[in-house]
Amino acid sequence: MAKITKLIIQKKVLSKNDEIAANIRERLAKQKILALNLVSSPGSGKTSLLEKTLAEMGRDMRLAVIVGDVQTENDAARLRKAGGKRVEAITTDGACHLDAAMVEKALAKMNIADADVLFIENVGNLVCPSSYDLGEDMKVVLMSTAEGDDKPLKYPAMFRRSSVLVINKTDLLGQSDFDIEHAEKNARNINPDLRIFRMSCRTGEGLPEWYAWLKETSGSKKNS
Amino acid sequence: MHELAVAREIIDIVQGEMDRRGLRRIEAVALRIGALTGINADALTFGFEASVVDTPLAGAHLIIETMPVRAACRSCGKESEIEPYLFICPHCASSDLEIVQGEELDIDHLLGE
Repeated sequence: MAKITKLIIQKKVLSKNDEIAANIRERLAKQKILALNLVSSPGSGKTSLLEKTLAEMGRDMRLAVIVGDVQTENDAARLRKAGGKRVEAITTDGACHLDAAMVEKALAKMNIADADVLFIENVGNLVCPSSYDLGEDMKVVLMSTAEGDDKPLKYPAMFRRSSVLVINKTDLLGQSDFDIEHAEKNARNINPDLRIFRMSCRTGEGLPEWYAWLKETSGSKKNS
Repeated sequence: MHELAVAREIIDIVQGEMDRRGLRRIEAVALRIGALTGINADALTFGFEASVVDTPLAGAHLIIETMPVRAACRSCGKESEIEPYLFICPHCASSDLEIVQGEELDIDHLLGE
C-alpha cells in the first residue's frame, strides 16, 4: 500500500464562484452598469426599497433587477407591478444565498445592455450571502428599526463587506427599544467607511438622499 | 446555512485533484477558515461527512484550522489580532485598518495516497 502523503493545494474553496463573479464584473464594467447587491435579514425592506426606487426613479434611470428568493416569485411580481421593466427572478429552491452562477444564468435571460443600474436582491440572510461574490460593485446592507440595534456586531462579516447601510423603518422609531445612534455606532465600529442612509420606505424619509446617491454613483461608473 | 454548499465545493475541488494527481484515497482535507467568514466548523464537518459517502472521498475527514482576525493599522503601522466584531487598533485605537487575516476559506492541503 502506498504511503499517505501530504499534498499542498492552497486553493480557495469558492474559486469557481469567484471566477464567474470576475467575468460578470468585467462584463458590467464594459457596459458601465452599476451593480448593487442588496443584502439583509428577511423583512428589513429590500423589496420595498426597490419598489419605491423603480416607481420613482424608473423614468430618470434605466433600472434592472435580479431578485432571489428561496421559494415563490412574489417579489418579482411586486417589482414588475411597481414599474420594473427588466426584472428577472431566481428561485434558489432551498439555497440560502445567491451565487455567481445563478446571477450569470439570470443575466443571460435579460436584455440589460442599456441599463444604468443592476440591483441584485439577495436572499434574506445576513450570514451566507457574505461569502459569495456576485460580481457587484458594492453591497448595500439593510437593517430595520424593528430589529436589534446590535445587528452589525452579530453579523460583522456582512457589515464589513458592505459599502452602504440603509436603516429602514425609521417611522417606527420609538415603538421599540431600537436606538438608531447606537445602531450607527455599532455599524461604524465594524466598518468606519459605511455610507449610512436613515430611511422609511413608508413615509419616504431618506429616499431623496438615496436617489441622489444612486444617480451620482451610477454617473461615476458611466464616466469610469 | 451554506456549509453544505461549501462542503460540496470542497468535494468537487478534491475530486479534481484526485483525478489530476492519480490519487486513490483521501484520508483528510485540511482547511483554513477565517473567523470573519461566518462558516460554522461543526456544520461544515457534518455537511462534508454526509456528502462524501458514495464519492471517491468516502471516509475522508476535515482538519479545520480557524484563522483569527489580524489587522494592519494604517495609522501606527502595527499588526495585531483583533476581535471579529471590533475593528479598532489595540495600540492606537485607530479604525483605519487593513484586514490581513481572517477572511480565508481555503483548502490548504490533502492527506492522501
